[in-house]
Amino acid sequence: MQNFTKGFIRNNPVLVLLLGMCPTLGVTTSAINGLGMGLATTFVLVMANVVISLMKNIIPDKVRIPSFIVVIASFVTIVDLVMAGYAPALHEQLGLFIPLIVVNCIVLGRAEAFASKNDVFSSMIDGLGMGLGFAFALTLLGGIREILGSGALFGIKFIQGDAILVFVLAPGAFIALGYLIALINKLRKA
Amino acid sequence: MEYIIIVISAIFVNNIVFAQFLGICPFLGVSNKLSTSVGMGGAVVFVMTLATIVTYLIYQFVLVPLGLGFLQTISYILVIAALVQMVEIILKKVSPSLYQALGIFLPLITTNCAVLGVAILVIQKNLNLLESVVFAVATSVGFTLALVIFAGIREHMELMGVPKGMRGVPIALVVAGLLSLAFMGFAGLV
Repeated sequence: MQNFTKGFIRNNPVLVLLLGMCPTLGVTTSAINGLGMGLATTFVLVMANVVISLMKNIIPDKVRIPSFIVVIASFVTIVDLVMAGYAPALHEQLGLFIPLIVVNCIVLGRAEAFASKNDVFSSMIDGLGMGLGFAFALTLLGGIREILGSGALFGIKFIQGDAILVFVLAPGAFIALGYLIALINKLRKA
Repeated sequence: MEYIIIVISAIFVNNIVFAQFLGICPFLGVSNKLSTSVGMGGAVVFVMTLATIVTYLIYQFVLVPLGLGFLQTISYILVIAALVQMVEIILKKVSPSLYQALGIFLPLITTNCAVLGVAILVIQKNLNLLESVVFAVATSVGFTLALVIFAGIREHMELMGVPKGMRGVPIALVVAGLLSLAFMGFAGLV
């Protein structure tokens, strides 16, 4: 249970550990994009953790990082193809950031730090917790930016008239995340 | 003329850090000092150009003829990882002084999503080999420019009274947001 909950708040990969910044900033123009990216990463994290945990005894120590990367890249390719087939609109929106899950430090980080040392079940739970923590952070940031930038949430517009457009553009991503992390820092210390 | 447009677009209008959110990890990680950011920038220019050429040739002459386009992600990440290792070994033998300057940054570049991102982008944009090289050089120069500007600002910021909760990453992100806003001024240039 602790393996599951630690990824949410105390060790949230984005808001506390500051990993995976590129997709966090790049895809969070709306809550739904953030959620889609978060779930795609969660799938890769869980599957990669399970497979790496199963293979931890047959992979020689010296070539473990390249082997991990190949396993991760295989699942990323699966996600890429499945998403292109079944959710083409979302795939179009997330674009380049789907193949770039390969170089997301969270995935390789969990493989190296957790899955290569623990049994299959805890690795799966760890991947699930970390992945959902990542998805939570992305959806939160996406939601904040969508409300401020286009006066809507999950595509439903509830503020009529002009919103603060800059929050859905590139600069707004940096500024919104900066203040969000400052807030989390404050809450953690209190 | 076409090449000039590619260069201006890649450095200023679609700056890889401020507009496309690639390479944020090294951008936040090694931008504390001006000297290290110049070193990192140099290493990225070198590796990104080389990696783009090699992956372009592999895509056009190996993956496409064999109908293996879906292996793009896996093969690219392996090629980039191997390439970085090779560059490191060769530099160590051939030019120890350059190795001294770039050495510690090279392993970090494998997980720099900007390198993999550019290698995928040149295929998506249907550029030919020469255009791809120009695009890679210009993009990495844009990355270096962003890194150096940001490091310069951060060096000054150490002396300023930043509010307690905003110190460190939050204020860095807000500064990056303002820089990104400044770079938006280039929009419409090409």
